[in-house]
Amino acid sequence: MKTIKCNLLIIGAGPAGLAAAIEADRLGIRDILLLERNDELGGILQQCIHDGFGLQRFKEQLSGPAYAQRFIDEIKQSNVEIKLRTMVIELHQDKSCYAINSEDGVLEIHPQAVILAMGCRERTRNQVFILGDRPGGIMTAGTLQRYMNIEGLIPGRKAVILGSGDIGMIMARRMKLEGIEVEGVYEIMPRPGGLQRNVFQCLQDFDIPLHLSTSVKSTHGKYHLEGVTVVAVDENLKQIAGTERFIACDLLVLSVGLIPENELSEMAQIPISTVTKGPVVDNNLMTQVDGIFAAGNVTSVFDLVDYVSASGETAARGAANYIREEKQSATSIDVLAGKNVTSLIPMKYRKNGQALELYFRSKSIIRAASVHIMQQGQEIYKRKFQIVRPEEMIKLQLKADLVAAINPRQAITVEIRENGRVSDE
Amino acid sequence: MNKREFTCISCPLGCHLELTESQGSDLPEVTGNLCQRGIDFAREEFRAPRRVLTTVVSISGSNSLLPVISAGPIPKEKLLACLDYLKRIKVKTPVTAGDVLVENILETQVSIVAAKTVE
Repeated sequence: MKTIKCNLLIIGAGPAGLAAAIEADRLGIRDILLLERNDELGGILQQCIHDGFGLQRFKEQLSGPAYAQRFIDEIKQSNVEIKLRTMVIELHQDKSCYAINSEDGVLEIHPQAVILAMGCRERTRNQVFILGDRPGGIMTAGTLQRYMNIEGLIPGRKAVILGSGDIGMIMARRMKLEGIEVEGVYEIMPRPGGLQRNVFQCLQDFDIPLHLSTSVKSTHGKYHLEGVTVVAVDENLKQIAGTERFIACDLLVLSVGLIPENELSEMAQIPISTVTKGPVVDNNLMTQVDGIFAAGNVTSVFDLVDYVSASGETAARGAANYIREEKQSATSIDVLAGKNVTSLIPMKYRKNGQALELYFRSKSIIRAASVHIMQQGQEIYKRKFQIVRPEEMIKLQLKADLVAAINPRQAITVEIRENGRVSDE
Repeated sequence: MNKREFTCISCPLGCHLELTESQGSDLPEVTGNLCQRGIDFAREEFRAPRRVLTTVVSISGSNSLLPVISAGPIPKEKLLACLDYLKRIKVKTPVTAGDVLVENILETQVSIVAAKTVE
């Protein structure tokens, strides 16, 4: 077995891992090893051929592969060592790691620091409780996306989509453009799960109906899918008897949410948040295990790839300081999600003299909202928003001078207040 | 008075735009936007809607596909015809992200460019 020692090990070469590797290299860290299980760099971006990526970072709307290409071009100029087709099979709390590929066999790796950048995976039918047969023709939106955009396959003639997440809506348009009939998008919640602009440009543009408060009850077909039964749900998401409707189709596409992929984190006994489903992290994106950092969708499912790549850079800076044993506060304080706030990143704050970036969601739609960051009843920061929605992640940056006012011994709380009426739109 | 509603697709915020066309005024009025892009989008959407086109094209002598994007938005009614055209072309490698593959596709004044580098 080959043994490798390195300064920084990065697991996953999607936008978080690529950005982290480039930033760590730029900061002068040497012996960076980037492992990727796929046969190319870029992660899921390579199958996201639609546009809309990179408005914040590059001030233009790139497609997924083009966004990835910018980072790939850059990393090729760097000193980062890349291993493709390499699967990490074990990660331990002492940061030792085992990986496997067909060239090296099993690799034993001993890094100074690790950045987890494994991304997320899609929820499947097993997690949304659909009754009935288990025939072919039922797949997640991401699988369909890979079939159509990478493999060049057309896996059906008539599709039903369950869930109105962004990928589901984007695939509705993609199928329509490739000649697959899209009967409709069914959403169990009373409002769409993805961005309004995708309702507009992916569904309305192509006259694809969106059925809210409706779900798929069961699937039918012995070998291949022959149809699904949809059913209306009440305000408690309970199915309403008598509203069932059969739809003949040969493709059921699931766009029912994403979950951070943390098998390796769990193996290394890294504490996982029950809210974000990712590791509990501080403002350097270090997990509760010293020297192991987490970036991108493995931490929390981010809305924008620009947030993902930015988090990669934050983790790289944290890892660089850790490797150089630079001074930072040994103690951390809690960053708490207060009223109306959920999915807050980071959950811990360690004073490091740098600006503090916060990512979170509102629990409900609130008009004329204001975000307050409080410590012991004192307001450290306040910002107003015309409207906040659960499906749109909020990013705030507290400049270094504001951060200096934080007492390093008391928890801080982020809350959203309603200054106007609450709308259920 | 002519009133129309749109969702802005210029950025993920997705502003809810309201456009009002009144007689005697050249440019329709737009409300609900948070920036200038919203005004521009609503006026164009009202006059002649355009969309960015993305798809994949074949690569000569390979089973891999090349993702492509239109360099700018294409008139909506020409999207399907452009897509059809792109289904029939084969691209030679090597190709670099940003390379123009089809210039002025179907007289739209918009080029189709590679979104990815393939060596």
